[in-house]
Amino acid sequence: MESTIIKSRNFNASFGSNHVVKNVNIDIPRNHVIAVMGPSGCGKTTYLRCINRMHELIPGATSEGEMTINNENIYDMHPIFVRQKIGMVFQRPNPFPNLSIYDNVIAGYKLNGIKLPKAERDRIVEHSLTRVALWKEVKDSLNKKGSFLSGGQQQRLCIARAVAMEPEVLLFDEPTSALDPISTSTVEELFHELKANYTLIIVTHNMQQAARVSDKTAFFYLGELVEYDETKIMFTNPKDNRTQNYITGRFS
Amino acid sequence: MDTSAKNSVITRSDLPLRVINSTPETIARAQKKVRRSFRQIRTETVFRRTLTIMGLIMIILVLGILLTLIIQSLPSIKSLGLKYLWGKVWDPVQDIYGAWPFLLGTLLSSFLALLISIPFSLAVAIFLGEYFPKGWMPDFLKNAVELIAAVPSVIYGFWGLAVLVPIVRNLENHIGVEPVGVGIFSSSLILAIMIIPYAASLGRSMIQMVPSPLKEAAYGLGATRWEVIRSVVLPYTKSGLFAGVLLSLGRALGETMAVTMVIGNTSLIPKNIFAPGNTMASVIANEFTEADKPVYLSALIELGLVLFLVTVVINLIGKKIIDRFTQ
Amino acid sequence: MDGKNIKYRIGKSYVAQIVTTIFAFACVIPLLFILGFIIKAGITKINWHFLVSIPKPVGESGGGIVNALVGSILIIFCASLIAIPIGILAGIYLSENGKTRLAYWCRLCVDILQGVPSIVIGIIAYFWLVKPLGGFSALSGSVALAIMMLPIVIRSTEETLKLLPSSLQEAAFALGMPFHRVMFKVVVPVGISGILSGVMLAIARITGETAPLLFTAFGNPYLSFNITKPMQSLPHLIYDYATSPYDDWKNLAWGASVILLLWVLLLNIFTKLITRKWKVQL
Ligand SMILES: Nc1ncnc2c1ncn2[C@@H]1O[C@H](COP(=O)(O)OP(=O)(O)OP(=O)(O)O)[C@@H](O)[C@H]1O
Ligand SMILES: [Mg+2]
Repeated sequence: MESTIIKSRNFNASFGSNHVVKNVNIDIPRNHVIAVMGPSGCGKTTYLRCINRMHELIPGATSEGEMTINNENIYDMHPIFVRQKIGMVFQRPNPFPNLSIYDNVIAGYKLNGIKLPKAERDRIVEHSLTRVALWKEVKDSLNKKGSFLSGGQQQRLCIARAVAMEPEVLLFDEPTSALDPISTSTVEELFHELKANYTLIIVTHNMQQAARVSDKTAFFYLGELVEYDETKIMFTNPKDNRTQNYITGRFS
Repeated sequence: MDTSAKNSVITRSDLPLRVINSTPETIARAQKKVRRSFRQIRTETVFRRTLTIMGLIMIILVLGILLTLIIQSLPSIKSLGLKYLWGKVWDPVQDIYGAWPFLLGTLLSSFLALLISIPFSLAVAIFLGEYFPKGWMPDFLKNAVELIAAVPSVIYGFWGLAVLVPIVRNLENHIGVEPVGVGIFSSSLILAIMIIPYAASLGRSMIQMVPSPLKEAAYGLGATRWEVIRSVVLPYTKSGLFAGVLLSLGRALGETMAVTMVIGNTSLIPKNIFAPGNTMASVIANEFTEADKPVYLSALIELGLVLFLVTVVINLIGKKIIDRFTQ
Repeated sequence: MDGKNIKYRIGKSYVAQIVTTIFAFACVIPLLFILGFIIKAGITKINWHFLVSIPKPVGESGGGIVNALVGSILIIFCASLIAIPIGILAGIYLSENGKTRLAYWCRLCVDILQGVPSIVIGIIAYFWLVKPLGGFSALSGSVALAIMMLPIVIRSTEETLKLLPSSLQEAAFALGMPFHRVMFKVVVPVGISGILSGVMLAIARITGETAPLLFTAFGNPYLSFNITKPMQSLPHLIYDYATSPYDDWKNLAWGASVILLLWVLLLNIFTKLITRKWKVQL
């Protein structure tokens, strides 16, 4: 059975007077991969950043409406708790340039001042890196700086960093748009693996990718959630003709 | 960017963080994590307040400086009035206070210094900004000019006293003015050296900002390098260069030690540019600890107030011009 | 256009370039003269004895500058202790709250502070500390110098942090780090080279400042470690002894000038090295 983990009701977000997310209602089931699609500038990133309260870091940004995780309002919690429960991976890989690979993985603990025994740290690092299929590649250079890795490796390092915090939900904002095809497919395989333990919400422009990796797909248009359904249905038999137009490439 | 001001209500429901393998240790650790998170939230709030307070402190500091200067110069403002500023005699023993000799000394020495330094700082700016932006020679020049700004002013003063003053004395002998050596002219020379870096480095960055299509257009019309500089680069950067000169002037007006050491320290109105004199800064440096009467001290502080206001205005105008230029 | 005219214009361009070059490098000449003269006059005065003994009274030759050295170090240390934390925090404030009203005024005040003549700062420290505390003290000198350090530290911190990509902060926030940890564990460490170079520049600048110390630290011919009492400092000693009529004292001042010059020079070189070495590759 499906239980809902993230739910929004009448959710709106704006930059100053620029209203970019309009009345979004959505139920996101646990342990699924959700793809978020839509033309550029339609508010996908903004909505995603509202889920873990990164949106409010931008001066002048506001939001209203209901957004819950496990039926608790995210906007009643402190952002620190929200972000520990809902991890995020960004479009461009952004490992901490001053930290080694090892420290990058453990950054959520180390930089937060959480002291762990060495064995436990080693376990988390190995576990997280194995999860993102990076362990074999970097296990001999854990003390090198994270920025020495290739783009795809850096992105997987960032995913490992988010995974190490054991969140419940992972948000991805176009995680593969800065990567080459091989790295992209490695990351895509990851999504399947991660699904067992986490709920993934992935913003992507790549329709094949959405079709390949996601269970459900949400289509945004001009700030509105136009359609939200099983990915198979969305790609074979969309109900809204805006979705239809988008999928068939009539506008981009 | 204020993340937590709104929506920072912490509910009990925040507590359960997810525990993957729930053994007693992992649960205990999760609880500890939650407790420390609450601690961090409090620290975060304190930190944000501290930052704002630091920002406030800067404002309070400057207002405090202004207020202190005004309050402490009130006795002099009250008893001497505005005519203090153009009173021609300064004789604390007789209780006569006129600031004109110092205003004149300051203006003369600063503007003379500016006049001498402008060709050099402009040359440095053009050389580094346009002719040779890269290479070891310009690097050397750049570092040398930075070094000019780094040498302490008391060392300039000492050198001026030991080396420059005798040379100027010789010169004065030749041209037939009273050969004292110390005086406005000597201090202008020292000041001129000291203020070169300010206009030079600003001018350099301004010149480097000239869009190259502009220059290329002129080259395309067959202009020579100098013509491009004259008719494109300099007109384009004119306001920026002016701002650099203003900043230099601000430095020159406020410079104390080097000037105090070579200007001769007399309170008479300088008869010519070779005569000894005093600037506002140097008279404060010399007489502040000797001022035994309240009005005397207060008159000195009023000089400080004037100096403060003048340099503030000059610097702010300079900064505004730079801001407008860089936008 | 005839060829003659073009030749004339090209010639003129060359002449202008040569004149510019000559004027530009002419700036270096007085600097070299000053450095050369001071080193020549002072280097022979420096020996171990010079560094570890206090100045002799008039008429006796020899003596050293240990009181000024110790004083300078103590006064600068206290000034840094005050200015570095406040400066860095205010710099963080400005870079994080760029567009608020308070930040606008704060920035304006920092600009103003940067231009305030050092002698005025001396007056201020006199009325804020010397008078209320009932006497000249090294501490009041430190406060005066700290006020002079602030704008440099604040500006360099702000500029450095503003140049860092926002993705850095976002990465940290997304891990659920509180704001102060994002700043101190991620943003400041990555920008540390810029911040440190600002701090070093500020220290280099105040090392040579005399004017604010005239009516605060006041000077002291003896060795003192008590920051609530008057204290000598290098630039102050140079000023006092350079303007004295005695050759022995002048010699002492030459030696002290070399030390001061070296100090400032080393700090500047060190700053350059830091900026190059510690720069975090983004
Ligand atoms: N930092 C910001 N400040 C102000 N407005 C913004 C900001 N970021 C985005 N916007 C506005 O919000 C709207 C939605 O932006 P958003 O980044 O959410 O779009 P998106 O769907 O993610 O687009 P893309 O596919 O190009 O990433 C845009 O029209 C943009 O003008
Ligand atoms: Mg986006």
